[in-house]
Amino acid sequence: MALLVAVLAVLPCHAAEPVICTTAGTELPVVPPHMFEPAGPVSDEVQSMAWLLGGICLGIFVVVEGLLVYSIVKFRRREGDRGEPVQLFGSNPIELAWTVVPTLIVFTLALVTIRVIRDIDRTTPPEGAMCVTAIGHQWWWEYRYPHPTDPTGEVVVANEMHVPVGVPIWVRLESADVIHSWWVPALAGKTDLMPNQTNRLWFRADTPGIYLGQCAEYCGNQHAGMLLRVVAQPEAEYRAWLAGQAAPAVDDRSVSAGRSIFESLACSTCHAVKGVSDGAFAPDLTHLMSRTTIASGMAELDRDTLRSWIDDPQVLKPGCNMPSLKLSPAELDAVTDYLLTLK
Amino acid sequence: MSTLHAPSHTAAGTSLLERLHGWAITVDHKRLGIMYVVAALLFFVVGGLEAAAMRLQLIKPMNDFLTPQGFNQMFTMHGTTMVFLVGMPMLAGFGNFLVPLMIGARDMAFPRLNAFGFWLFLLGGLLLYFSWIGGDGLYGAGGAPDVGWFAYSPLTSKTFSRGNSTDYWILGIMVSGFGSLSAAINFVTTILCMRCPGMTLMRMPLMVWMMLVVGFLVLVALPVLTAAQVMLLLDRSLGAHFFDPQQAGSALLWQHLFWFFGHPEVYILILPGFGFVSEIVPVFSRKVIFGYTLMVAATVGIGFISLGVWAHHMFVVGLPPWLNALFAASTFLISVPTGIKIFNWIATMWGGRIRFDTPMLYCTGFLGMFVIGGLTGIMLAAVPFTTQLSDSYFVVGHFHYVLFGGLVFAILGAVTYWFPKATGRMMDEGLGRWSFWLILLGFNLVFLPMHFSGMLGMPRRIYTYQPDRGWEMWNLVTTAGVPVQMLGVAVFVWNMIRSSLKGPVAGDDPWDAWTLEWATSSPPPEHNFDRIPTCTSARPLWDRKHPDDPDCHYE
Repeated sequence: MALLVAVLAVLPCHAAEPVICTTAGTELPVVPPHMFEPAGPVSDEVQSMAWLLGGICLGIFVVVEGLLVYSIVKFRRREGDRGEPVQLFGSNPIELAWTVVPTLIVFTLALVTIRVIRDIDRTTPPEGAMCVTAIGHQWWWEYRYPHPTDPTGEVVVANEMHVPVGVPIWVRLESADVIHSWWVPALAGKTDLMPNQTNRLWFRADTPGIYLGQCAEYCGNQHAGMLLRVVAQPEAEYRAWLAGQAAPAVDDRSVSAGRSIFESLACSTCHAVKGVSDGAFAPDLTHLMSRTTIASGMAELDRDTLRSWIDDPQVLKPGCNMPSLKLSPAELDAVTDYLLTLK
Repeated sequence: MSTLHAPSHTAAGTSLLERLHGWAITVDHKRLGIMYVVAALLFFVVGGLEAAAMRLQLIKPMNDFLTPQGFNQMFTMHGTTMVFLVGMPMLAGFGNFLVPLMIGARDMAFPRLNAFGFWLFLLGGLLLYFSWIGGDGLYGAGGAPDVGWFAYSPLTSKTFSRGNSTDYWILGIMVSGFGSLSAAINFVTTILCMRCPGMTLMRMPLMVWMMLVVGFLVLVALPVLTAAQVMLLLDRSLGAHFFDPQQAGSALLWQHLFWFFGHPEVYILILPGFGFVSEIVPVFSRKVIFGYTLMVAATVGIGFISLGVWAHHMFVVGLPPWLNALFAASTFLISVPTGIKIFNWIATMWGGRIRFDTPMLYCTGFLGMFVIGGLTGIMLAAVPFTTQLSDSYFVVGHFHYVLFGGLVFAILGAVTYWFPKATGRMMDEGLGRWSFWLILLGFNLVFLPMHFSGMLGMPRRIYTYQPDRGWEMWNLVTTAGVPVQMLGVAVFVWNMIRSSLKGPVAGDDPWDAWTLEWATSSPPPEHNFDRIPTCTSARPLWDRKHPDDPDCHYE
């Protein structure tokens, strides 16, 4: 289609300058959330298919619109035309032709589609795959990794997914409430997270980077605020990250005032901090400060955003499920200082 | 419209109140048809303003013109309004006005059921809009519905949708749906039983064929939606668990039921548009429709296949791969009869002497724009491609090229074409051209960039977006097109109002057309024809105008 060609011309100005972002000491390029910079086999195959489809449809577009424009120009009524033109009721061979030819074209497209479905839509994990469970919540993401040392345990993290480069990732998709959809275009097409149903999806990131995306199924007030962030890093760094996430929370006595506010107020009913609280309705905060964003990717995580978020989350993310607890400035500082120690 | 004279036996007085009373109690198919179209146009303006509010919100990243919930209500009401309160009644209106005239009948088969259907539709629409006032229920949570026009469970359950707004959505659509069902029964019966002598099925105008297929599709598809809505109402009000995953209900079940209605619905909307184009293109090209029989076959074919493509709305919900492949194949297949129609319309223009009056301008616009919507539709049938672009702005662009570039252009052409028949006056040609070019330009400014923002990864139904994603420019252009489009629609509406009062008198047959509605006066008398016409071919008026070379020689 003309659209695809035009986008080809326009894309570079969006994609040319990858932002460099610092995550745990490593510089990783930020990959924009579209399908034209595939980073792995799944998105790559879809992209090739998109060009094929686009090419065929562009061909049809040119032919049909060309015929239309030609007849508009050629057969418009002119001065001096008298009487009616020749009445042509139809023509079996011509009509047969434009029944059969399109049928053949779509038959070919159907075969291509089936081939690609076979290639990428797997019902069992690819060989050597690492399994991660992704759970959609209103309006944030939870990820559960197999524990690196305890074979029955799990490591629970929120919103920022880390994966090793070059390893197939098998994602089990579940939902805690309504339907969401996991869509990181550079890695794979989207798949919905359905309540009471386990869906699956797989991808492989072949280059390190921070891959962006966001929820693609309308899920209520803050559907727009459910951003996705996948950090693909070399395997050693990934292992170090996972070990860090599996470790217990930092216990810093100097911030015990903030900690006791966290424990005594409603914070702990929703948020888990390993060894402190076990709330399950909201993101796990055990290693909050290992993340770079807050509010499911809506803002950079630093002291200021954290403090104003705790003060009133409805400012940054109106309609979200976290209430303002109306803390005094001193309490706010104490809780913020406590959370800042959760590295 | 005010020039449509009250029938003589009720026109004892002509005070405004008596005239309004005459409209309120009427069972005349023409008056009901006009009321449908006018009501649909009013809802069209309201739905358009809702869209404009959304575009204003999305003009720049992190805008706060609307709250998240306000935005969600806007797209819910926009979608619901445009499908159920604009598309459906618009087509019921044209069908009502035209079908009896085109088949040489005195009225619809069930005139009082017809009036009942119209008032149900209006009541349903008002009930939906009453939710702005009454949706709060008793505990201050609600307002207008914000669950999307597709109302996916479990977002519609009491847990996630408090207040009464979703109940208003259910009841409003259900009530207007009963109106559509009664209209469908009426169309099928009228078309099958009340054709004038000589009008065999294969001599019916294509518009009438389309309405027949639409009637059957409504009868098959709409009850499924109504049933699903009853189930949802039971879930919400009486503690049933059809769609409640927490209680072993199924969220997926709603999607199957909804789209089993929802995809035929797309064809319910577009087929009458095809009907308008099939009537207008031949008259203005001065040629008989090319391949009448194949057009009929394609219409019936679309009717059948459209019942088997619904799961292409569900390619990413985790259906088994073989099922996705099956629905991809059926979706590819339905493009064949649709393509046949496009080719046949172009072949009708081919070798003609085309007059580009406003109705034909709109139909030409329809052809050019609908092809784009059709081709992006073919692309979206390819499942792996759709995993990237479903629920993105690409899809929004795609179906607006079908429903706005296709259907709305066809409707505007149809309004201009049949306006003289309904009111006895012509619409202004100059204003008509202005409206066409403004709407064409505005339409493309709004909807073409959506394909790009979608391919760049922008999902639908987000009330705002981050500034670093490369979507700003496309959203800015999209919003910039809105005033152009609104101006075009305003010119069109102004043209209708002005022309209905001051337009030049049309006469019976201003376009030199060939179907039976042009054989009676403009506007037609209440009984339509002084003497029931007879029909000798698919173009009865051609036969009368060309006794030397009638169509019946070629049948």
